[in-house]
Amino acid sequence: MNAKPVPTELLTPGADGRFGDFGGRFVPETLVPACEELERAFNDAWNDSLFRSELDDLLAEYAGRPSILTECHNLGAQLGIRLILKREDLNHTGSHKINSVLGQALLAKRMGKKRIIAETGAGQHGVASATAAALLGLECKVYMGAVDVERQSLNVFRMKLLGATVEAANSGSRTLKDAVNEAMRDWVASVETSYYCIGSVMGPHPYPFMVRQFQSVIGKEARKQFQALCDGADPNVVVACVGGGSNAMGIFSGFIDAKTRLVGVEPAGGAAVGRGTPGVVHGMKSYLMQDEYGQVQEAHSISAGLDYPGVGPEHSYLASVGRAEYPSVNDQEVIEGFKLLARTEGIIPALECAHAVAWIAKEAPKIQGQTVLMNLSGRGDKDVAQMMTILGDKLD
Amino acid sequence: MKIATHSPGVLEARLRNIRTEGRKILVPYITGGLTGWVDAVRGAAANGADAIEIGIPFSDPVMDGPIIQMASEKALRDGATPNSILHELRTIDVAVPLIVMCYYNTVFRAGHDRFASTLRDSGVVGAIVPDLPLEESTQWASAADKSQIETVMLAAPTAPDERLPRVIDRARGFVYAVGLLGVTGERAELATTAVAMATRLKKITDMPVLVGVGISNAEQAMQACTVADGVIQGASVVRRLLEDGPDAVATYVAQVRAAIDSPIASNR
Repeated sequence: MNAKPVPTELLTPGADGRFGDFGGRFVPETLVPACEELERAFNDAWNDSLFRSELDDLLAEYAGRPSILTECHNLGAQLGIRLILKREDLNHTGSHKINSVLGQALLAKRMGKKRIIAETGAGQHGVASATAAALLGLECKVYMGAVDVERQSLNVFRMKLLGATVEAANSGSRTLKDAVNEAMRDWVASVETSYYCIGSVMGPHPYPFMVRQFQSVIGKEARKQFQALCDGADPNVVVACVGGGSNAMGIFSGFIDAKTRLVGVEPAGGAAVGRGTPGVVHGMKSYLMQDEYGQVQEAHSISAGLDYPGVGPEHSYLASVGRAEYPSVNDQEVIEGFKLLARTEGIIPALECAHAVAWIAKEAPKIQGQTVLMNLSGRGDKDVAQMMTILGDKLD
Repeated sequence: MKIATHSPGVLEARLRNIRTEGRKILVPYITGGLTGWVDAVRGAAANGADAIEIGIPFSDPVMDGPIIQMASEKALRDGATPNSILHELRTIDVAVPLIVMCYYNTVFRAGHDRFASTLRDSGVVGAIVPDLPLEESTQWASAADKSQIETVMLAAPTAPDERLPRVIDRARGFVYAVGLLGVTGERAELATTAVAMATRLKKITDMPVLVGVGISNAEQAMQACTVADGVIQGASVVRRLLEDGPDAVATYVAQVRAAIDSPIASNR
């Protein structure tokens, strides 16, 4: 039994950027003034009704918000639960990433920056960044692990079509964590003219807080929509996949004060919360997959977007106080989840979201009759080529 | 100018003496765990290094450019750990102070007090933690103070004037002037920020001011030393160790030593 009461409010970190013991600003001295400037600029913008309405207009007229809820009648009946999806996959560019990117790109312009830098794993954040840059007339450079450039070639081409420059990160494990390293190195050199558009609720303060605020639109909408659908009730369970954790924080933020179970599903090969220990990398203190000397370990996941050994600090906090839980599923279960949603509902999920589907299918016997709201944070088009290689003629 | 109020440790006292003698300070950086690194440390010490910075390789070195990244990856692949490097350091009997450069997770994972005392027991007198800025440094700094490890603080070109005195206040050993906006690595020309940064710092502190990041050869070291008390050289040293082995490091250090001892650099 927990001795302390579980928190029911969203945290707003103070100047130290902490969520409980996690977060902070562990960056080279060169970047400290830039983080401070960003913190001031974001707080100023977030409290400015003109900025907010400009962002809301973009979200409505460009990204296509609000995103709808879809009830999965077939899969729900099959699993013995009531399953409802928050359709972030229907946003422009195909994922929730656009929510934060539009906010950050507007902020970059407001700060007088001409160029944005982004890292990307699956390519979704890179595509969203390239899109916002094209729309708002900013130069855009995207760093992507060389391994991911290979397995997500369609998104690489998309980014180039949108006018962005894509650079393959060839250091370390050549995946998302190394793309973040390269982006930070670029930022150290270009900090006076460039804005670093981080793709998740991670990095040094104020990024985890700021990106959560930009993504909180998911949770706000979903709570209202769910209540309208279910006679004012909140869901029993809210489920989202977790890599860095921005789509999960986006939807969790709407239900922190509800009597709702919050579940963040990690990949078995990248379970930072589930199997990690506290550590410091990429500007933040958070759970981290590392060895006994603090060397960061390589994550392994079928989905490039979750192939990350760390996690946003607010998730570490929510886990540490027992407000959210972070189970993991393996690649094979993810493949089954991917097929399951496609076959039963005619919706091809991103491989990242297939983690959430896989957990729900596994958990179903224990939550019979409950309402489950899942954040479908991205569509699976980008993964079709990869799945074709994996499944080949085994599809029947 | 502000006179430092802390009592100088072994490292700072040594560097202040060198300055008083009218010489410039040379600190080469060597990645620990690389093939030949121990001989490189000995060679550097015997050929004019005033202190030596030993890098503890980390999986995600965000302040480092391609050369030191490559060196770190290679050392890690060869099985280097903080313990193995510090253990070998105990066996190196050189007459110059040894400083460790490591990323914060190496410290955090080991535990602040334990790491500081391990450094002391290994004969290390100073530490540079490039991703631990002033605001996050309290725990480490107090553990380091207790173990007489002098924590060098970095001062960057982006720092507004009001910030620099606070950074200097917490600095021990020397103040590390970041020579340019960017990561470690060799550059064709010395960035104008190198001398500018040294000038800003020399105006406000009597602590030794050493410029590092982007000091790529003897000529650039000499230019930086027209204002700074000395230089730190990383990538240009490590590249020689990677390509040509420890003897090349010794030769290079001797060459830089000669350059910064020349009248042009020391008679400003």
